[in-house]
Amino acid sequence: MSLTLLNVVLAVFIAICFVGANAAYLVWCERKGAGFYQRRPGPMENGWWGLLQPPIDGVKLMTKQLLIPGGVDKAIFMVAPVLAMFPALISFVTIPFSDNIVAHPIDVGVLVIFAFAALGGMSLLVAGWGSRNKYSMISSVRAVSQTVAYEIPLLITTITIVMISGSLNLGDIVQQQLDGFLSWNVWPLHKEVGFNLLMPVSFLILFVCSVAETNRAPFDLGEAESELVAGFHTEYSSMGFGLFFMGEYANIVIGSCLITILFLGGWSCPFGDLGIFPFTHNVGWFLLKIYLIIFVFIWIRWTFPRTTIYGLLNLSWKYLIPISLFNLLLTAGLLKVF
Amino acid sequence: MNETAIDKIRALFPDIDCKEVKGCIVMEVAPALLEQTMQRLKSYPDLDFGLLLDITAIDYLSYPQPKDARFYVVYTLRNWQKNWLLQVRTPVARPEKGLPTVSGLWGAADWAEREVYDQYGIRFIGHPDLRRILNHWQFVGHPLRKDYDIYKGQICYETDSLEKEIKARLLSKGIDESTMKDINTEMMYLNLGPSHPATHGAIRIFTALDGETIMANVNEIGYLHRGFEKTAENRTYNQIIPLTDRLNYCSAMMNNIAYVKAIETWLGLRITDRAMIMRVILSEFLRVQDHLVCLAANLVDMGGLTNYWYLYNEKEASYDLISRLTGARLTSSFTRIGGMYRDFYEGWEADMAHHLKAIEKGVNDSLKLVLQNRIVHDRTQGTCVLSKETAMTYGYTGPNLRSTGISFDLRKDNPYYHYETFDFAVPVGSQGDIYDRMMVRFEEIFESIKIIRQAMKIVPGGPVFVDDHKVALPPKERVYNRIEGLANHFKLIFEGVKVPAGEWYDSFEAANGELGFHFVSDGSGTPYKLKVRPPCFYAMAGYHEMVEGEMIADAVINLGSINIIGGELDR
Amino acid sequence: MSAELVLSGAIFIGLAIIIPIVMIMTVMLGPRSDSAAKNDPYESGIKHVVGHADQKFSVKFYLLAILFLIFDIEAVFMYPWAVSLRELGVFGLIEMTVFILLLLTGLIYILKKGVLNWR
Repeated sequence: MSLTLLNVVLAVFIAICFVGANAAYLVWCERKGAGFYQRRPGPMENGWWGLLQPPIDGVKLMTKQLLIPGGVDKAIFMVAPVLAMFPALISFVTIPFSDNIVAHPIDVGVLVIFAFAALGGMSLLVAGWGSRNKYSMISSVRAVSQTVAYEIPLLITTITIVMISGSLNLGDIVQQQLDGFLSWNVWPLHKEVGFNLLMPVSFLILFVCSVAETNRAPFDLGEAESELVAGFHTEYSSMGFGLFFMGEYANIVIGSCLITILFLGGWSCPFGDLGIFPFTHNVGWFLLKIYLIIFVFIWIRWTFPRTTIYGLLNLSWKYLIPISLFNLLLTAGLLKVF
Repeated sequence: MNETAIDKIRALFPDIDCKEVKGCIVMEVAPALLEQTMQRLKSYPDLDFGLLLDITAIDYLSYPQPKDARFYVVYTLRNWQKNWLLQVRTPVARPEKGLPTVSGLWGAADWAEREVYDQYGIRFIGHPDLRRILNHWQFVGHPLRKDYDIYKGQICYETDSLEKEIKARLLSKGIDESTMKDINTEMMYLNLGPSHPATHGAIRIFTALDGETIMANVNEIGYLHRGFEKTAENRTYNQIIPLTDRLNYCSAMMNNIAYVKAIETWLGLRITDRAMIMRVILSEFLRVQDHLVCLAANLVDMGGLTNYWYLYNEKEASYDLISRLTGARLTSSFTRIGGMYRDFYEGWEADMAHHLKAIEKGVNDSLKLVLQNRIVHDRTQGTCVLSKETAMTYGYTGPNLRSTGISFDLRKDNPYYHYETFDFAVPVGSQGDIYDRMMVRFEEIFESIKIIRQAMKIVPGGPVFVDDHKVALPPKERVYNRIEGLANHFKLIFEGVKVPAGEWYDSFEAANGELGFHFVSDGSGTPYKLKVRPPCFYAMAGYHEMVEGEMIADAVINLGSINIIGGELDR
Repeated sequence: MSAELVLSGAIFIGLAIIIPIVMIMTVMLGPRSDSAAKNDPYESGIKHVVGHADQKFSVKFYLLAILFLIFDIEAVFMYPWAVSLRELGVFGLIEMTVFILLLLTGLIYILKKGVLNWR
């Protein structure tokens, strides 16, 4: 790729548009999805099937007053929403959308994404702490303990994938799953490992953890609107709230990208490379897979009620962490045996 | 049944004057004997009046017949097993001196006595926390006294911090500053409400939190207080019907029916069979709606928004029937003393059958999401347990009481409107936790649908109004053509239905529990006094017993599960 | 300097400019009015609140935060091991097994001690 200024600006523009539009239109998808599950149409007024709703919401949020409660530390209060959005978006830099669409293939891509995800949890703490509001305070403590609890099984489970592929580079991990869907890491059959029954377990743990890490229902304890009003963003109005809202969706995209890359073969065609256009390994498959996963996220949200914070912590510390540790050991053992 | 009761009471209290009024035993007790009498009424195994339904006072200042004292305090008690209803009346010589409290005997008396103090200024000696409850703490005077001018408004807007009350509550549980100090943290005092998504109306739940555990809880109500009782003293009997709509607005027509039933009982008026069956069908239909709203809101509190739509969509759709029938969706004011405002419309059976089917589908869909759901089980089973004893002492009735395993339902135990001829079951819980309360309501929806289906098969023909023009308006052609008819109409509208002087209590199994009306009539067309016994008020009075020791999240769903309706709670 | 680094750097800078601009824009575009009541932290509309948000309130999860540190660092230790599992051979596997079993013992000990008993 030639490094002209135009190219760089174009690439930056496309990248930012992609993530921005994604975040905005996932709100629309969510509302439509909710409508679908709840036997109602969802947004219909603005544009065809309410498709103009997200930009109109954006303009509305932008032109509302950003209320800053008296006595808060203004800097912290203003930084929190930016901090919610920024790490979620910057993680896209390391995501390989296809073998040539990746901004920066970092060798430790997996770790970079986890590092930024942890930073996202920080924004909830900062927002809750900075709001001088009791609900926000309780919520921020909840959010941090939740992020902390689910990061461990997430990290440990990812190790199983790292063991199999022997690499922390997301692109390399996908490269090993290009021979049709049977070579995907989610299946027990894997050409290098042989017969590994434990991969679906890893997949399940990772999936649950990414739902929890993105603060989605049934794990949306930070928001918990019936208990804590709106949790950490109770005091945020206009775009302050808007950035938190979009940050959540950006996080969902990151989470589903990660699941797709680690377990579902990334940009690979499920039938192997057939050489004819739609059935080659291309970015279309990647997008299809992440949107399917996002659909499942939305499906789960509108099916399950919220857990309690204690149920959530117990699930992680009593079940997911021991299971993921055993899973790791057994996978390592199997790798050595075969 | 009341023969044995009154004989037993006469035998046990030979020197107390008892009589029976409309199925209720009324005892006149001197203030000096009150404490002892109440004690015996509660603890004698033969009597066992475990349920204190209501406490109210009557101000006889402008009553035509002179009385011994200006104020009387009336305690309404019930023995649910034997279906005995009892009222204890005590004259109060000096309200500022007051009466001994009975809050040691029944927990329900705590709030009930506060209400009497608030509305009438009668003190209760030994009451732990005697302050205003429905009116604002800055309010001056006692509004239900006859010498309080109904048009005298007061503007109060300072919130009470409730700091004193919650610290007292903490102390009574043995928790003070030093308990927290040893781990170097402080108690957090958090308000849930009045403007909070979980309170569904405006109730203030003030909690003292250690982490997320509720150590103490004090509640403030009265945000929707609009002086129902005072307004009722200024309206004719039929004019009060729209006011009753606003009590439990989720099942407005049930309140209408309960209200007119109470007056008809006193008048000895037998309404037509068609009106009776209509009332059964409509009140069961509204019970279904009320439960749908309660369950929907409860599941929203739990975060299950989809359940809300499955239940609420059907409820909204079935309001079409109510609206076609009455012209209003929510506050229908559909009954009149002596019958119904209007007959069923043409083709209502098909509509009803359709809505019942839709409701069954919605409820079954929602049950599919709830019954096998581990999250719902974890959150609701074993949390906020209401024991039988607590439920009885705080005067819980209806689904909340039945969830504890006590199968008390007025439709079975004291049937009215031929409920005894219908085949239906009374669902009871076993644990008294949130899950039981939810499931009792789910089951009651199916039972009510069963009753409606049976009733629809036997709807008799004929008019829906009695042919007695002391209560019913004369037909229009007589009003327009004959002076007697015109005068009849004029008198009924302007002076209201004349109700013979006297006092009585009548109760009705509303969606939330026992909805009672205590009337005092001076013989005119306007009630001298009207007191509602709202089931919510007593459910809220015992709320703190259920949530202390639980988490905030549990407290929120518990509020939904006992179905607190602001309109009825605050009147 | 590689093309990727420039590109990701550019995206980084682009985001670092655009997101704060969104915040600043909303402050500039939105109306500005305030009053004492409007600026009060929200607590269900109650004016006279007891206590305030920045008091020392009891956080029951603080032990978990300490546990997290241990587990998180262990997990990070495992990454290099996982990448080079093939080279390390059976010895590496046994070593890591011992390590993980120690961790698990610790976890079981913690659970038995009742760190996760909330009520």
